[in-house]
Amino acid sequence: MNFNAIWTIYIFEMRRFFRTMTQSLVSPVLSTSLYFVVFGAAIGSRIDEVEGVSYGAFIVPGLIMLSVMTQATSNASFGIYFPKFIGTIYELLSAPVNFLEVVAGYVGAAATKALFIGLVILVTAFFFVDIEIAHPIAMLAFLVLTCVSFALLGFIIGIWAGNFEQLQLIPLLVITPLVFLGGSFYSISMLPPVWQAITLFNPVVYLISGFRWSFFGTADVGIGLSLFAIAFFTALCIGFIWWIFKTGWRIRQ
Amino acid sequence: MSPIVSVKNLRKSYAGGFEALKSVNLDIEEGEILALLGPNGAGKTTLISTICGITVPTSGTVTVGGHDTQTAFRAARNLIGLVPQEINLEPFETVMNTVSFSRGLFGKKKDDAFVEDILRKLSLHDKKDNKIMMLSGGMKRRVLIAKALSHEPKVLFLDEPTAGVDVELRKDMWDVVADLKASGVTIILTTHYIEEAEAIADRVGVINKGEILLVQDKSDLMRQLGQKQLKIELNEATSRIPDALSAYDLSLSDDGLMLTYSYDTKAERTGITTLLNELQAAGLQLKDLQTAQSSLEDIFVGLVKEKA
Repeated sequence: MNFNAIWTIYIFEMRRFFRTMTQSLVSPVLSTSLYFVVFGAAIGSRIDEVEGVSYGAFIVPGLIMLSVMTQATSNASFGIYFPKFIGTIYELLSAPVNFLEVVAGYVGAAATKALFIGLVILVTAFFFVDIEIAHPIAMLAFLVLTCVSFALLGFIIGIWAGNFEQLQLIPLLVITPLVFLGGSFYSISMLPPVWQAITLFNPVVYLISGFRWSFFGTADVGIGLSLFAIAFFTALCIGFIWWIFKTGWRIRQ
Repeated sequence: MSPIVSVKNLRKSYAGGFEALKSVNLDIEEGEILALLGPNGAGKTTLISTICGITVPTSGTVTVGGHDTQTAFRAARNLIGLVPQEINLEPFETVMNTVSFSRGLFGKKKDDAFVEDILRKLSLHDKKDNKIMMLSGGMKRRVLIAKALSHEPKVLFLDEPTAGVDVELRKDMWDVVADLKASGVTIILTTHYIEEAEAIADRVGVINKGEILLVQDKSDLMRQLGQKQLKIELNEATSRIPDALSAYDLSLSDDGLMLTYSYDTKAERTGITTLLNELQAAGLQLKDLQTAQSSLEDIFVGLVKEKA
């Protein structure tokens, strides 16, 4: 393993994050605060409790997941798309590194940024609502796994994208709807039975449900199933990236 | 001594059927400067990209320092530095960071003193904390070279290092290449400019339409170039070259009206004066004289046309 290369890519990418620290943090903190004001205070005051939890607190895990998933995806996709766009990818392709090392560097950095943002949102949430975390270690583990798996997805999108529009396409058209419909702001038990069944095909449901369990000890689906879903999704992404590097799809002629 | 880079039957064809490389064979000796000359689209960049691992070959093998670039890619790539044709650099990073990044990518420990030393040699040291986007085009090219040298490669590929560069900077670049050679680095450069190959290469290879047409020592080529011809037109046709002139490298045209004398311009004596005296002594009357010299360009154009 070329650990120096992994570390070098990781640090190089993190430096980009710190260069744009203000934008990176202000925007998620601001949008989360807006969600709390609108959903928590304005609308939430008219909703009693969801599964024994105040609505303001109930939406915290979903809000964190919403930001973490979109941030992990967009950071990783941009991270690998940018060298492709400006041409510096030649260096990665001619360096003594294999796919695991490249992925570890880029995905590791994107996941770290998303994790950082997720934690900042969690801290922001404490200012708005009273919450307790039932299983802090599980919470952190779920958060890390989600960051990594969506950064892997973002990496694939970055390799696939041929222009900046395509880079935005998947997060906008696929991830945001899936997260919104995945129970970020409601319990899926609140849906009519038909929609409940359909919702179970949405992979994000399992992530949000598992993450919510780590806060409140209750979940829409079993915790084991949630873990399996996230592991399966991660394995799928790693498999696809392995294939990309093996065939050179969209990166090596 | 075995070659440091050995290319055997290397082919590259694309999905549309276009053959960018047609069974290329090439050996590059350690410590030499090889200039690959060829027109646009000849396959120069494809050849370099394939050796460096950016392009996957359709068939054939490449070894660098004895390591196969496919099966032992780490060992092979560790020996290679690549300076691409396009100026591909991260605009928002500093010179120091971007060069250190390259070093790390090749698995080398961070070494600011070493990187600074490279920057100093390339006259970039005073710009080390500048962002890439603040640099001039020539400076950016130097940064690309610094990146390629950051991991102490044994073989350096320079893909058209002086394309679109002004005359002064081109000369600077040649000095850089000469210094690198002196430090023991093997250099392969592609170029459009024949004068560039003449100025710095030890050997010259000519590539066109994916085929290597010739690889020759530059000094041999220059010797061919040093050959000049004196054409002597006679007033009256002669059936044979007089015996008295047999010591000269002369040929007679079919109509007997033209004698061609080949001589070396670099020799101490060209023999022209004595030849003319002896022609007169032999009773041949001269009508006209003209001289002609072939250039590397003539050889190059001739080769490229011949195979077209």
